Amino acid sequence: MIYLELFWTFFKIGISTFGGGYAMLPLIQEEVARHGWMQNAELINFIAVSESTPGPFAINISTFVGAQTGGLFGAFCATFGVVLPSFVIILIVAKCFLRFKNSKIVAGCMSGLKPAVIGLIATAVLSVGQTVFFPNGLQMQGLLTPAFMVSVGIFVVMTVLLFKKVHPILILCLSAVVGIAAGYILHLPLS
Amino acid sequence: MQENTTAKTPSEKARLLLALFLTFLKIGACTFGGGYAMIPLIQRDIAKKHKWITDDDILEIVAISESTPGPIAINTATFVGYRIGGFFGAFLSTFGVVLPSFVIIVALSFVLREFQHIRAVQYAFFGIRAGVLALIIKALWLMYRQCPKSVLAYVLMAAAFVAVAVFEVHILLVIVGCALVGLAASLLAARRERT
Repeated sequence: MIYLELFWTFFKIGISTFGGGYAMLPLIQEEVARHGWMQNAELINFIAVSESTPGPFAINISTFVGAQTGGLFGAFCATFGVVLPSFVIILIVAKCFLRFKNSKIVAGCMSGLKPAVIGLIATAVLSVGQTVFFPNGLQMQGLLTPAFMVSVGIFVVMTVLLFKKVHPILILCLSAVVGIAAGYILHLPLS
Repeated sequence: MQENTTAKTPSEKARLLLALFLTFLKIGACTFGGGYAMIPLIQRDIAKKHKWITDDDILEIVAISESTPGPIAINTATFVGYRIGGFFGAFLSTFGVVLPSFVIIVALSFVLREFQHIRAVQYAFFGIRAGVLALIIKALWLMYRQCPKSVLAYVLMAAAFVAVAVFEVHILLVIVGCALVGLAASLLAARRERT
């Protein structure tokens, strides 16, 4: 039953996400790959779509995976699943706010969780990097293709621009323009 | 912290809940990026414009949203809504912040499927994927800068990375394990301080 599966998977993802933005990415990648719902490249494409459409990343990506896998009702199940744990937990925490705020146990767990999330996002960087630079798997001849060189070029320039505080949406537009130009000029193969 | 729901007639309460829903609908529709991008909008609309709660309250709520399970965007919306309007406030705020995303993305996912096979679109996404990698690296760098540095923190970062990337340990297990190590370390430190 795809709907139940979507709900349950995103419930698990919701309950084990700590922090904002990309903290959810490694778990989503793992679950999507395990279920065979989508290819990694599609997921990365959507990260760009999510950055350039309104709405927080967490909700956008859940809705998208749900919609791609189970249509409108699939989108509903995935989004409901990701929201539900947050909603219930916050209602409980709000009632015993002061105890939670001053809790040594919560602070202790957080001191371990924060670095863990950084390590986990680093693994997401690795798998995204692999999909970007070696879409056909790790091979030596992959290093010499024009597609590889263009990807490296875009990545390096965009990283520099981002650290110079260029807006993410502008970064994505520039990447798209370079991708289209290089694709037609160099006759890059389509995946 | 007490709830702001005292001494209100039913119609005032209904008007407050409606305003809360519309405010979060607007915030959901105007947020680009992750949950942190939402905070300035919440401060502007909830604290400055409506004066439902103060800036300090919001910062406190964000701090708690970081340390409870769930994405910050949803946690913050639920918590702010609860403080202002109790259970129904929480429900309507969360519903409001989710709704624009949901509608836009469902519509887009059908459009994307139609255009995915066009050559130019595929080339555009080929370029965009390299740009996305840059975005994730920047996000990783920002999180790294905000994370308190200690020997234990570096060890946990490396351990979490190696466990998942090399040994393919399940991510949930890594999260629970690192939380427990952090807890044990802080309890040990507290005990050493006392003696």
